[in-house]
Amino acid sequence: MLHVDWQLDWVYALTDTVLTNGLLLTTCLLVMTNLRFYNPKKGKFIHLLVMCVAVSGLWSAVIRFGLGAIFHENESYSTFLERSMPVRFDIALLITSCAALISTLWYNQEEQKENEQRKLDAEKLAKEAELFKLRQQLQPHFLFNSLNSISALAGSQPQEARKMIQQLSDFLRGTLKKEDHQQISWKEELQYLNLYLEIEKVRFGHRLTTEINTSPETDTMQLPAMLLQPLVENAIKFGLYDTTEAITISIDAKREHNYLLVAVQNPFDEETSRPSQGTGFGLSSVQRRLYLLYGRNDLLTTSAVKNIFTTTIKIPQQ
Amino acid sequence: MIKALIIDDEPLARMIVKEYLQKHKEIELLQECNDGFEGLKAIQQYQPDLIFLDIQMPKINGFEMLELIDQPPAVIFTTAFDEYAIKAFESHAVDYLLKPFSQERFDKAVQKMLEQRNISPVSKISEPLLEAASQTAPQNQRIVVKNGSKIKIIPVEDVYYLEAADDYVKIFTKEGSFLKNKTMSHFEQSLDKNLFVRTHRSCIVNIQQITRIDPYEKDGHIAILKSGGRVSVSKTGYVKLKEVLGI
Repeated sequence: MLHVDWQLDWVYALTDTVLTNGLLLTTCLLVMTNLRFYNPKKGKFIHLLVMCVAVSGLWSAVIRFGLGAIFHENESYSTFLERSMPVRFDIALLITSCAALISTLWYNQEEQKENEQRKLDAEKLAKEAELFKLRQQLQPHFLFNSLNSISALAGSQPQEARKMIQQLSDFLRGTLKKEDHQQISWKEELQYLNLYLEIEKVRFGHRLTTEINTSPETDTMQLPAMLLQPLVENAIKFGLYDTTEAITISIDAKREHNYLLVAVQNPFDEETSRPSQGTGFGLSSVQRRLYLLYGRNDLLTTSAVKNIFTTTIKIPQQ
Repeated sequence: MIKALIIDDEPLARMIVKEYLQKHKEIELLQECNDGFEGLKAIQQYQPDLIFLDIQMPKINGFEMLELIDQPPAVIFTTAFDEYAIKAFESHAVDYLLKPFSQERFDKAVQKMLEQRNISPVSKISEPLLEAASQTAPQNQRIVVKNGSKIKIIPVEDVYYLEAADDYVKIFTKEGSFLKNKTMSHFEQSLDKNLFVRTHRSCIVNIQQITRIDPYEKDGHIAILKSGGRVSVSKTGYVKLKEVLGI
């Protein structure tokens, strides 16, 4: 361009172009690197502009005196250089400003992304911790009373005591090893639930009977580990402490569309209990867990018809 | 001979107390009871000197059962885990056994009871314990009363208002009124303060039952309830009532 438009010699044109553009490129890189470490706060873009003007000025000075020194014997080139300086400055300013602006935006965006990622990580950690805590909420009542039953059996029925220790150990191991996000099959969950129910039956003797209805098609359906135990614990607690009679806890599992539906039923006394308030820790922790895992609040429902309280959970299947 | 009862809803828990008792020939076990109702009946029938009492039991818990007895015998509590109850025990000198407990610990509790028996009547000792226990859940959600020979459990939401009546408190509900051998300040302490307000020296009202409040005589007011009941409101009571109602 310089060669054609301004009829400059090849040597001059090439040197001028290489030096000018090379330096400009270096300047831009300098600005960008600088911005990586210094990020102007919002509304402080005037700092950016000042920096660009300063850098462009510096660049112009280097070009002016550098090229002027190299080609000082050529009059016409010197004139050309002198005259083109304002244009060169403007272009340099424009380009460095653009570079500054783009890199500022880029770095800002990067930072924002990083912040978001950090926030996500923190949320995930908090969620995991909460899920862990919800899962660990084993009622101490259950544990100590079971140990007391074992202590009683140890004297007269050591075989039974040993069996109960076995069941309690298997149950406790189950509560420890399962991961929150890990899904297990309904069949597995039911085995685990049976351990719990067997222990409770030893504790309460003839007062507690259970009825489990399940079909082969639900066996392989998936659900989060340890989800049902708090519901059953709740049912037993409300059922047994609300009456002096023997009670039956029933657990029904079935498939409905793409959901595993599990209903837990216990009797209650309409006279003295307020089932609406009966959403004790057991229910609210399961509700919270389902929300954390599926982001939905409609997966746990309760109903009270006559003197039967029913808790139903729906587990979406993949 | 010391007459004793075991009141616990878990058969194995009763079994171990019975087993530990075999060593103590001076104690005669009269009956094992499944729950508080059976316990009450047996206490009336046998007038025992000592009961081993679980707290968490069907229908009425151990504390509520004790409240219904005019002269409670010596009590050794046997319980698994109950933060509130343990607090109640620790602040008062009545022994308690945390399940599972050993024969040695059991013997110590019996020994302690025998010593206390020689010093003072036990019914006096259990009073502050009951008072402390009654401040804890679920006692603040329901009131257990004796209605003739029957036991009535009143959820607090069903209570219209309470009125002082000599040494008793009269509890008004939709099913009529019941007497309970407690003080007004006991109920003022234990009932939910967002639901019940002591409007007068002799009145505590369930604020959800109020339909309107009218001026009455010179400084006072009177609250008219949905049921048609009328509850006196003193000058200070009116201030408290306005605060809770947010007016």
